Amino acid sequence: MTKTPMLSRVADSLYWMARYLERAEHTARLLDVNLHSGLDQTPSAAARRWERLLVTLHSVPPDCGATPYAITQALTFDTANNDSIVASIAAARENARQVREQISSEMWEQINRLYLQVRRTSMHEMWSGEPHVFFRAIKEGAHLFQGITDATLSYDEGWWFIQIGRYLERALATATLLDGHFGAFDTGADDLAAGFDYLEWVSLLKSCTAFEAYCKVYTASIRPEHVVEFLLLNADFPRSVRFAADMIQDAAQAIGRASATRGTARVERLAGRLRAALDYGQVDEIMADMHAYLMSVRRMCLQVHDAIYHTYISYSVDTMLG
Amino acid sequence: MFTSYEIGSVYDEMFAREGRPRPQYLALYERLAELPAEELRQRQQAADATFLNQGITFTVYGHDQGTEKIFPYDLIPRIITAAEWAEIERGLTQRIIALNLFLRDVYHEGRILADGVIPRELLYSCRHYRREMRGIHVPRDVYIAVVGTDLVRDADGRFVVLEDNLRVPSGVSYMLVNRQVMKRTFPTLFSRYNVRPTEHYGQALLETLRALAPQHRPDPTIVLLTPGVYNSAYFEHTFLARQMGIQLVEGRDLLAHDNIIYMRTTAGLRRVDVIYRRVDDDFVDPLAFRTDSTLGVAGLLNAYRAGNVGLANAIGTGIADDKAIYAYVPRIISYYLGEEPILPNVETYLLTDETDRRYVLEHLDELVVKAVGESGGYGMLIGPQSTREQRDEFRRRILADPRNYIAQPTLSLSRAACFIDGCVEARHVDLRPYILYGERVVIVPGGLTRVALRRGSLVVNSSQGGGSKDTWVLND
Repeated sequence: MTKTPMLSRVADSLYWMARYLERAEHTARLLDVNLHSGLDQTPSAAARRWERLLVTLHSVPPDCGATPYAITQALTFDTANNDSIVASIAAARENARQVREQISSEMWEQINRLYLQVRRTSMHEMWSGEPHVFFRAIKEGAHLFQGITDATLSYDEGWWFIQIGRYLERALATATLLDGHFGAFDTGADDLAAGFDYLEWVSLLKSCTAFEAYCKVYTASIRPEHVVEFLLLNADFPRSVRFAADMIQDAAQAIGRASATRGTARVERLAGRLRAALDYGQVDEIMADMHAYLMSVRRMCLQVHDAIYHTYISYSVDTMLG
Repeated sequence: MFTSYEIGSVYDEMFAREGRPRPQYLALYERLAELPAEELRQRQQAADATFLNQGITFTVYGHDQGTEKIFPYDLIPRIITAAEWAEIERGLTQRIIALNLFLRDVYHEGRILADGVIPRELLYSCRHYRREMRGIHVPRDVYIAVVGTDLVRDADGRFVVLEDNLRVPSGVSYMLVNRQVMKRTFPTLFSRYNVRPTEHYGQALLETLRALAPQHRPDPTIVLLTPGVYNSAYFEHTFLARQMGIQLVEGRDLLAHDNIIYMRTTAGLRRVDVIYRRVDDDFVDPLAFRTDSTLGVAGLLNAYRAGNVGLANAIGTGIADDKAIYAYVPRIISYYLGEEPILPNVETYLLTDETDRRYVLEHLDELVVKAVGESGGYGMLIGPQSTREQRDEFRRRILADPRNYIAQPTLSLSRAACFIDGCVEARHVDLRPYILYGERVVIVPGGLTRVALRRGSLVVNSSQGGGSKDTWVLND
């Protein structure tokens, strides 16, 4: 009996389910770190950080002003704001619901629980309590979902679509985060040293849950080029861009093998190119024009995304019939 | 346990008379009588939890979005003897074959109209008549491959046909799940009875669908077309797709090209040969029917006409379950088969007929009035339980559009023992067996027994406070 191939719609839903959940977790982490490190900063430095946060999440200041409260509210609970955590989790759940018979019941129950948990909490309740506890619950909820996925779903095509969604989102988000950070400080290498602010670099690492892992490699001496090298090029840390690129390539190859359709070569070539750019990157060269490098990484990620869509999901009928 | 049980004037499924269970119920009765109420309650809770945890729910329309409810399940099985079942099986087989011949005829030669057995204006005014189906040859001439026919018992215990569901009948998943739950909650009792199995339904359905594949497609690809997650029967769609091991698709997964239907997969387009569609006629093809439909497949009708895809059920089958045509089914059976109907109809008044209409309007407080094209218990007046305002409203509607309504005597549905609030009480039930028609007619022994859980209520529909129970058909 030949296995029926996966419906394009199902692949699409699994892919976006993973991307939205990764996005929610990323936003939760950034807000958590920002709220926490704001405590140690001058008001003007803190205000700049919030501005930067909005840029790295591609978001705009809320209408009612760019106060920490307003921004946190908009990025956490505002259902009308597509960038908010609640909107991302709702979108992830909706995608899961569309393919409920394709994922395991345990996966569905976990994403449903996470959704209900966020919907139950009010901004007032969270803000007057401990925001950190709330954001940790979001992160843990997302981690639990990933763990359940790995423990209960067959590692076939669908699982790989989940992987490629998660890691593309992660690579894009980390590249944007780095770009935002360097855009704010980088006015030449000399100023970088002059404007060196220990706290800023630590919170950048913490935004990627990378502080402890970084210290194991470089000790607690924080240097910008080491931070860049770690977050971009480290081969073993699961939130580095290079690690994500490795996973993206693995997933692209696995999906190509599973579907054996025409045009998979393009997806695999683009994923391979992304990986090579990171495997053979040199941190000193990269830092010479950080912005250009990060933009090219982002562009390559988006090319992989487009190629997946063209090949597996929204392909034109003519190419498939021809 | 049975202290508050009243036998009443209608046929009682369990008792022949006060304190005297029918022979087939004796073992069940004795078991129930010795069980403490608490134990029964625990088993009921365990059963309910099974439904909830597995997400066996249906969506209620008209409430907040996403109101998902479980279909209440009653612990106590309903038992049908081998002799009763043999009669039902013969009767339904006869009826489905005749109705299928009727559909074939009215969409081709129309002999039954030419012979004046059924008035043309009655047929052509059916809401579900589909002119587009004229002259289309359908695989094996099978129009109604999946049918659910509602039976009720009259006061003497005879089964009569209340209505046929020939479009997209639902509920079969509950028939199957009820049995699974039953075997878990009462394993010993179940094994003491010699109950005929139902679990091969999925396979029988798959065989039926396979029979509808276009010729020269030896290994057909079969899919189940669902309107999507917001449909009230979505659970059933996922359940059946999984039982059969076929893809569950939505309209947007399919496309027509050169009159061939394909589905979009990650490995490219895959040809589809048979569609078990759970989407209504109106929505199935925006090019042919409702243009605003996003649930269907543009070009499906043409592919069907070209003979490149099989559909279950065919389009336009709703004419044969129109409640006004229903009144003619006994005549349809004798016309095509030259036989007397084995299962009788309920007496039906056509409101287009002047004498009937006058009688109905004078007796609205005794009769049941139904809209001809509705199902699910919507658009109904139950005379004895109605208010003056409701009767006046229906009088007005009947006079405005007599073709849209029929009337029937208020039936004394039989009552079965149900476990309610810690006691066993009698509630009205009906029976919906599921009939499959591919190469031949197959009826899985059993069906969905629906229960009107509200005391005194005659409405068994899930949307109106109904529940269900497992139905046991016994071997000899």
